[in-house]
Amino acid sequence: MSLSDSLYQEVLLDHYQNPRHHGKMEHSDLHEEGVNPLCGDEVELFLKLKGDIISEISFVGKGCSISQASASMLTDSLYGKTITEAKTLLHEFKGMLLEDKVPNFSEEYEDLESMEAVKKIPARIKCATLAWNTLEKAIGK
Amino acid sequence: MSFDLEKIRRDFPILSTQIGGKPLVFLDSAASSQKPKSVIDTIRKYYEAENANIHRGVYSLSQKATEKYEMARIKTSRFIGAACAKVVIFTRNTTESINLVAQSWGRTNIHEGDEIVLTELEHHSNLVPWQMLAQEKQAVLKFIPLNQDSTLDLSNLDEVITERVKLVALAQMSNVTGTIHDLSAIIRRAREVGAKVLIDGAQGICHLPTNVQKEDFDFYAFSAHKMLGPTGVGVLYAKEEILETMPPWMGGGDMISKVWKEKSTYADLPARLEAGTPNISGVIGFGAAIEYLESVGMQEIRDHELELLQYALDRLEDFGGLELYGTNDLSKRGGVISFNFPGVHPHDVGSILDEEGIAIRVGHHCAQPFMDFKGIAGTCRASFYLYNTKEDVDSLLVGLKKVKEIFGRVLKR
Repeated sequence: MSLSDSLYQEVLLDHYQNPRHHGKMEHSDLHEEGVNPLCGDEVELFLKLKGDIISEISFVGKGCSISQASASMLTDSLYGKTITEAKTLLHEFKGMLLEDKVPNFSEEYEDLESMEAVKKIPARIKCATLAWNTLEKAIGK
Repeated sequence: MSFDLEKIRRDFPILSTQIGGKPLVFLDSAASSQKPKSVIDTIRKYYEAENANIHRGVYSLSQKATEKYEMARIKTSRFIGAACAKVVIFTRNTTESINLVAQSWGRTNIHEGDEIVLTELEHHSNLVPWQMLAQEKQAVLKFIPLNQDSTLDLSNLDEVITERVKLVALAQMSNVTGTIHDLSAIIRRAREVGAKVLIDGAQGICHLPTNVQKEDFDFYAFSAHKMLGPTGVGVLYAKEEILETMPPWMGGGDMISKVWKEKSTYADLPARLEAGTPNISGVIGFGAAIEYLESVGMQEIRDHELELLQYALDRLEDFGGLELYGTNDLSKRGGVISFNFPGVHPHDVGSILDEEGIAIRVGHHCAQPFMDFKGIAGTCRASFYLYNTKEDVDSLLVGLKKVKEIFGRVLKR
């Protein structure tokens, strides 16, 4: 199996083609835009909170399959979770890509593991982390 | 002489390297060309046996370096058909050459309400310096519009280039679509209204036989690294009578005649516009690049690229389903093919091809106004040079087939 086969496996292409939680959200509690200026990839995140819980989450964006699939996986993973859980997952996801850590995702987050292949293409890591950097800005506020 | 492709390929060491275990297929010369052994050897020889600063030392090593540096200037002037060597100003790149014109000639000659005419196909380096100047001087930017096939719409040229226009600045050949513009009509109109013409030759000089005097360019800017030379060397040519009126834009060593505590007088051309120690090894290496191009012949290079372009366009048309940009009139086009794979982002195409050892450029190619015009995020761009082969084109097609297989799994749903 070649690198691109493993990278562009079904799960990534499925998220790209059928993005989860896609669309703008009115009256969101948290809203942040992220852009990679060199390639022009864009992700816009919307979150609604009930206490500490992410009760609603959505995104819109444009760009390559990796950037958009990653955003779809992010929203899918965090729907119904707490901000604390979001921070833990964010830490783990970025650790996997930026610090070469072996991810230890629980079963419900297994789609995220498909992003590990991006590590072998350094030029594309910024695509995979765009949505997550955007989340970091959103919840850091 | 005959065009010996096999010999040419042997002259470029990088072409026999491998990328991830696969032979390199280099289709990104529009970004930066590869370098022949003669250029690499010339630079090595300079550092090993000839290195010294120029225009300063009385010792023989410095004089020899100066001689080689100035010889490269003479070769450059001959290559572009300039009247003499002193109208060749060395800079760092095309961008710096254009900024030099904007900062020196532009700030002196462009005033409030004056107009600068560009095209919608310009590279950012021939756009942003004029935006900056226009903002500073309250001047107006205007754009020659595009036809759908990426050629210029010259039907209203008289209305775009009016008496208020002081400068028309455009590329000789587009880095995105390969379009070679009809400069003669534009220059004719510019002369009627007394405007100066700047040609961004970054993509043109490396592919097309060019003569700045015959074609009557006022300014001509280009870079060595796209024409087999090293990075960090650019050229500004301008007509002598224009250069003579241009004030220095950077002050420092080498550009002065006499310096007192409070003021200085400035050197004659070309030194007046070349402050500080230049890229000596780069300029000398550039001289070797010019010699190489001359030994092959610019018309031969153009003919070879046209053959490749026709072959590649035919094969890409046959491939089916690709969106191709640019004119089909090859007399108006250089060896550049911009295309999109509907449903697949250019960056994804680039990554999959990279795994096959194929280097293409993907993205907006620093020409965002054109991407807006087409309503696209970017393109995939394959660009050819003298060392490319039909086998390179075949490899590209094999790579694209792989893209289709991988993305076809979801696109079919």
